[in-house]
Amino acid sequence: MDIPYTYHERRDTGLTNGKIGIWLFLASEVMLFGALFASYILIRTGAPSWPRGDTVLDVYLATFNTIVLITSSVTMVMAWASLMRRKFGTFRIYMGATILLGAVFLVVKYFEYSHHFAIGEGPSHSNFLAVYYTLTGLHMLHVFGGMVVNAYFWGPGSKLYQTNPVWFTNRVEHSGLFWHFVDLVWIFLFPTLYLL
Amino acid sequence: MSSDHGATSDHADHAGHDPADIDRHVKVYITVFVALMILTVVTVAISRFHLSVPIAVTVALFVAIVKGSLVAGYFMHLVSEKKLILAVLALTVAFFIVLLALPILTHENGFWIPEVVVDQPHTGAEHK
Amino acid sequence: MSHPTGVDQTKPHAAHEVHHEELGFWRKYVFSTDHKVIGIQYSVTGLLFLLFGFTLMMIMRWNLAYPGVPLPLIGGLFGDARMPGGTMLPEFYNELGAMHGTIMVFLGVVPLAVGGFGNFVLPLQIGAPDMAFPKINMASYWCLVLGGLTMLGSFFVPGGAAQSGWTSYAPLSVIAGTGQTWWLVGMIFLITSSLLGALNFLTTTIQLRAKGLTFMRFPFFVWSQFVTSFLLLLAFPPLEAAGVMQLMDRVAGTSFFMPSGLVVSGQVLTNAGGGNAVLWQHLFWFLAHPEVYVLILPAFGIVAEIIANNTRKPLWGYRAMVYSLVFLGFMSFIVWAHHMFMTGMGTAMAAFFQTTTMIISIPSVVILTSLLLSLWGGSIRFNTPMLFATAFLPMFGIGGLTGLPLGLNISDIPLHDTYYVIAHFHYVVAPGTIFGLMAGIYYWYPKATGRRMNETLGKIHFAGTLVCMNVVFMPMFIVGLAGVSRRLFDAGSGYDFAQGTMHWNVVSSWGAWIMALFQIPFIFNFFYSIWNGEKVGANPWDATTIEWAAPSPPPHGNFATPPQAYRGPYEYSVPGAAKDFTPQHEAS
Repeated sequence: MDIPYTYHERRDTGLTNGKIGIWLFLASEVMLFGALFASYILIRTGAPSWPRGDTVLDVYLATFNTIVLITSSVTMVMAWASLMRRKFGTFRIYMGATILLGAVFLVVKYFEYSHHFAIGEGPSHSNFLAVYYTLTGLHMLHVFGGMVVNAYFWGPGSKLYQTNPVWFTNRVEHSGLFWHFVDLVWIFLFPTLYLL
Repeated sequence: MSSDHGATSDHADHAGHDPADIDRHVKVYITVFVALMILTVVTVAISRFHLSVPIAVTVALFVAIVKGSLVAGYFMHLVSEKKLILAVLALTVAFFIVLLALPILTHENGFWIPEVVVDQPHTGAEHK
Repeated sequence: MSHPTGVDQTKPHAAHEVHHEELGFWRKYVFSTDHKVIGIQYSVTGLLFLLFGFTLMMIMRWNLAYPGVPLPLIGGLFGDARMPGGTMLPEFYNELGAMHGTIMVFLGVVPLAVGGFGNFVLPLQIGAPDMAFPKINMASYWCLVLGGLTMLGSFFVPGGAAQSGWTSYAPLSVIAGTGQTWWLVGMIFLITSSLLGALNFLTTTIQLRAKGLTFMRFPFFVWSQFVTSFLLLLAFPPLEAAGVMQLMDRVAGTSFFMPSGLVVSGQVLTNAGGGNAVLWQHLFWFLAHPEVYVLILPAFGIVAEIIANNTRKPLWGYRAMVYSLVFLGFMSFIVWAHHMFMTGMGTAMAAFFQTTTMIISIPSVVILTSLLLSLWGGSIRFNTPMLFATAFLPMFGIGGLTGLPLGLNISDIPLHDTYYVIAHFHYVVAPGTIFGLMAGIYYWYPKATGRRMNETLGKIHFAGTLVCMNVVFMPMFIVGLAGVSRRLFDAGSGYDFAQGTMHWNVVSSWGAWIMALFQIPFIFNFFYSIWNGEKVGANPWDATTIEWAAPSPPPHGNFATPPQAYRGPYEYSVPGAAKDFTPQHEAS
């Protein structure tokens, strides 16, 4: 049986099921990261001293990563815009770029983490680092998850474009919303951990 | 009937999203991208001044909110999104603020015994 | 112009025929994406876990009634690590207590109330062919199973299952044995299951409701599941975050919840310190308070349906009930620290939380009063669902009223963490919610199976359970007021002040063991009626809501033609109508 409003909007809400579904999921993610930020506030204000971010972490590496992620957000939305223009080839280029930039982000974080571990600065070293690893670690899991979904739509999932381009475009849009959210979280994480 | 009527053509499926519209959107995306790059440089530059923590936090938060709003508004299309989605997000933001504010307010209003670090001569282990 | 998928969406019949392939056994009954199959899977799983959690409690109650006395017959089964010579160790009691709470709440009530009833009834009641995301629905069930297996598996690890209370307060939970890590991992599975389910329910309710079914024409059950889903969606993630942080504390040596200078068994801990144990409580209760509304709201919904149906009258004050439900859902996010009055909170914040807590009691009272008033002037049919639904009202009333002194800071001081609290919350959940769920099972069983459950067995089940519930929990108010703490493995037998109330523990224990016997007619009835129950048609209760338009049991896709709503949900005894009920989906 076909579920209605999978790729046609329902008239009174003006929305498809997937659009509502992804935004509800993102709402829950806001609360997830919110709890971590609330914890950060409580632990930092309760601490006798707290290092300024740039004294422990590499600001330049993280600034580079910020630029990488923001750029990947642009390529993501351009991938969707390409589909709206029914330009499948351009979509693949932009989507591929998005995945690649995500990989760059992860590689940089790998270097950041391994540098700290090499000098004995693991999560148990201090509360600053505990918060840093937990927040960026969870964020990284989301980056990786987003990349997996994007890779699916770049690869095997793109078959749907042949039979139902509207639905495929919508699904890419929803995946894009998740990717933008991941970028959004980083926009707050970056100054919080590295600059303050 | 449970399904939409008539809209079986590819191009009519997204109202207001014909090719000219997309071009306009793309211009916006590029503009937002440039703004985000500038704001990123700004926030890093300001951090070099090592302002006092309350001021640094306020400024950094303000810039982050501007950047975040651009991503949410334009990349995530919230500026043109339906009321239902905006309502759900407004509710979420309200609870997000509650989650951020109430624990710290409760802590500040509390009666806390100051932390006493116990020196145990026999362990020889440092706690950092 | 042909449709991109080759299927014309304006003709559901055609769509059904094109996509109808016969599924094998595994895809039809095990890995099904049909909301009805998933609903039954959730329900059976939930009922099994309720039984298991009940059994854990029955073992606990032995040591509470007869502290230090070896458990007869089965005492030897638990081994020397837990019951040397058949006498219970405090650690084992703690294991039983923590897992009883966890299992009843997260593996019993929520899967049955939300996963079971929500999945099975909701799409039918709104006239939908299925949930908006059938595959995500299936995933959410299997996440529950993984979580349940993790929780069950935790009993077999060295040191046993979690034993720091279902609340897992730090720092005790952080230094506890391996079972606690399993608890945290299990919770992550369960939370994921609920989040996926919540977004499915919300999307389905908004998008797949029948033509003419506006929000204010929803059956109250639909509203209750709708608000419940919002609570699950927005309140669970902070506990997931907290769970991750506690895992980091336990496994990676961080100190999110570990204060400095902790001394355990004479040894100073070498972690970084500087953490905040109360932070765990904030994050836990941020979820756990809305969670208690997750536990009660579906029961409100079920009871409302059954009362309207068996009084042959519309619900009294439907609009007020709906507004109350929404207001309650919103308020539930800003009351949580009434569970934390004893954590050193200042008077300003205590005043804030007690005020919001008092305010939240108002919508509860409106809903309960409306349900009570709905009985007035009705032609009441006292079938088994109605018996459970009506008994729910005073039972929930007792539970709700006894919550008031707990919600006020000053009166909470002597009552916090005593048996009074246990009595209060069990009244709302046990003769409260579970009665609502039982009512729902008897009521919707014919829709799911095409057969009625036996009424005589149902009435025996009801009467015995009602009496036993009160025998178990009423004395606990007395014990709590005497000052006896909860979570004591021997019910405080070593304390002078507890001596005067120790005998009540014997009463409660026997009430519990006898209650177990009264579940046997229900379990027998449940299975026996599948093959031998009286066969029924689509609408055996002469009900008005849309689920009764589908055959019993409904086929895949539910309705031959999508139904349409023409009126409100409770048009019973409409003056001038031919029958004493006018179904919502029937054109005039």
